Amino acid sequence: MTDRLLITSSPHIRAPKTVRGIMLDVVIALVPACVAAVIFFGVKALMVLVASTVSAVVSEYLYEKAVKRPVTVGDFSAVVTGVLLGLTLPPGVPLYVPIVGSAFAIVIAKQIFGGLGTNFVNPALAGRAFVLAAWPLHVTSAWLNPLTMDAATGATPLHAFKGGQAVGSLTDLLIGNRLGSLGETSAVAILLGGIYLLVRGVIDYRIPVAYLGTLGLGVFVFGKPGALFQGDPLRGILLGGALLGAFFMATDYVTSPVTPKGRTYFGIGAGLITLLIRYWGDYPEGVTYAILLMNLATPLIDRFVVPKYYGYMHDVEARRRAREGGR
Amino acid sequence: MVKARRGSGGVPVPDKKELSGRMPIEDAGIPAELTLFLSQHTGAPSKPLVNVGDEVKRGQKIAEAQGAVSACLHAPTSGKVKAIEPRYQPVLGRESDAIVIAPDGEHALYEGLAPVGDDLEAISQDKIREVVRESGLVGLGGAAFPTAVKLQPPPDKKIDTYLLNGAECEPYLTADQKLMEEAAQDIVFGFRALMKGAGVEKGIICIEDNKPDAIRAMEEAAKPYPELEVAVLSHRYPRGGEKQLIEAVLGREVPPPPGLPLDVGVIVSNVGTAHALAVALKTGLPLVERIVSVTGEGVARPSNFRALIGTPVSYLIEKAGGFSGKPGKVILGGPMMGVAVKDTDVPVLKGTSGVLVLPAQAVKSEPVLPCVRCGRCVEACPMRLLPVWMAAYAENGYLEEAEKMRVMDCCECGVCSYVCPSRRPLTQSIRLAKSQIAAKRRAAAKK
Repeated sequence: MTDRLLITSSPHIRAPKTVRGIMLDVVIALVPACVAAVIFFGVKALMVLVASTVSAVVSEYLYEKAVKRPVTVGDFSAVVTGVLLGLTLPPGVPLYVPIVGSAFAIVIAKQIFGGLGTNFVNPALAGRAFVLAAWPLHVTSAWLNPLTMDAATGATPLHAFKGGQAVGSLTDLLIGNRLGSLGETSAVAILLGGIYLLVRGVIDYRIPVAYLGTLGLGVFVFGKPGALFQGDPLRGILLGGALLGAFFMATDYVTSPVTPKGRTYFGIGAGLITLLIRYWGDYPEGVTYAILLMNLATPLIDRFVVPKYYGYMHDVEARRRAREGGR
Repeated sequence: MVKARRGSGGVPVPDKKELSGRMPIEDAGIPAELTLFLSQHTGAPSKPLVNVGDEVKRGQKIAEAQGAVSACLHAPTSGKVKAIEPRYQPVLGRESDAIVIAPDGEHALYEGLAPVGDDLEAISQDKIREVVRESGLVGLGGAAFPTAVKLQPPPDKKIDTYLLNGAECEPYLTADQKLMEEAAQDIVFGFRALMKGAGVEKGIICIEDNKPDAIRAMEEAAKPYPELEVAVLSHRYPRGGEKQLIEAVLGREVPPPPGLPLDVGVIVSNVGTAHALAVALKTGLPLVERIVSVTGEGVARPSNFRALIGTPVSYLIEKAGGFSGKPGKVILGGPMMGVAVKDTDVPVLKGTSGVLVLPAQAVKSEPVLPCVRCGRCVEACPMRLLPVWMAAYAENGYLEEAEKMRVMDCCECGVCSYVCPSRRPLTQSIRLAKSQIAAKRRAAAKK
């Protein structure tokens, strides 16, 4: 009597959030950081961001065409990877650095392992690690002075901070008026994006809170050379790439744990490794490797940190009784 | 008022109760044919007491319960037994024997029906149990578990609390809500009868906070009875699941399967069940009708009907003004756990709380993408399981691994599929694994 009715298994309605919608939210959340980068470092910053983003999208498209897989650039995940990689680079790098970095991120770190969902490390950070190894000088010294946009030769504030020297005012750190990578500089812009992601329910607060909390505490304890409990946790968090890493890199779904508790451990672990690299390693900054290493630990965390199932206490009790009965 | 906990997992779902929530309950009337399945409850099918051609009257027993877990069946109206034959049973998903009645329009009451009374003091516990059993009473929340079985817990289980489930956490459905608003007194009477039947001292009526009128009505009706309380739950699916309700209201967790609520001293029944018992005690009429919400964007005039068991869904949709536009899906029950049917010839069962019609444009299928490990299903799972891994194992045939992840604990509430941004059919995969594991266990038990 009726037109053909659709029969599917329940549930028959779905939540509005889709992968594409989520990725689009991340792109929106990155806009303030990109705008701040362009304000402080001008057209060069824009060029870096465009180069890394276009390279990421084109790499994904070409690779998927080449191996005859469905093209997935429409899910915006390649855009996210491209923008994120661009934000980790200094404004003065030659453009082949972001281009090659994004191609590496997409093809080697993401697509070869099966694409979105099956990559085991964060593609943007893998790309950054690659260019850091390939062109260490470009990636760690191509700084530009903010606003004047001329080449700067000095060490970044993080270097100075590590040596226990005074660094810029908190206001400058917050708005981004200082040396650094594109997305490292303006804390306000990154926080704005991070808060947007939290409010929209895109990311779990546990990772950034555990990460930045661990880092802040560690900086307070060990941050001042030769003295304990005199570090400056606020500057320790604001300098370097910790904010960008905490809100945008460590929260990557694919490479972080699936359980709430696991995410807390993930954040703490990343915080500890960052501290280790910053204060006992030779690199000035440890965010990249800290998160990459925790990416590798994620399967382990997912295996062992699992929620206690509903009613588990009855099984615990039954086992206890069985044990005591046995004696 | 009892303060309920938040409970594990769950998700906010759209309400949609505004569609039929303001429509009073109306009698659906007598359709041209009633289909009464012998198997429309959990347990063994009932056994026919009538033959083709027999005249039956409203309330007359037409099939007897068989075995320990079963329920008897009664004629909802007077008429002639037209056929006893297999028909498509939507919840079982296959053909199943049914008694088909052609109503004569007289709606004549069976002479053998006698009211028991409306003074609970004067009715014995045994009498209540007998009425529950003889009325074919089953859980009207959806699972249709024979109520008589619940009222007779094994003697070693001490039951201290009876929960009356008026949560109605599924979106769209308003059958329980309207019943609570319009028949609170009867529900409370029936609930107290259930409590007496089970020998339970304390009763808690559980309602989600999106039904303020129902809460008010039930609080008013429960006021004279110090043994009754009302618990208000936050609107969060699946808070009305039996295990979730016990966790939220009492802070207890039912043991994993085959554990039952009575293992933690609790019995749970639906408000509709209590109402049906009240009717049976006061008038003698067994369970022959129930409240059905006919709702959704796909019907012209969303309504709440008092419908005879066995009424064709097509008849109810007509009563609700017919389809508005092209229908996409017709669902028996709510959108989260209901069963989609292939046509509207299927009848209302004892456990059918709603008929939901979703328009064609609302049921466009979306492509299934790879899992991005966002963990939403893990956070949403009310059983605190890991749907992400269980579904992955299930899809790839690793039944033993899925079993180790406690896939059999899954209550199939559907939240994992609901929240998945990759639109993966997690619930479906898990359900399939469960049925395969159950089949394997049965085969192993036979050997």
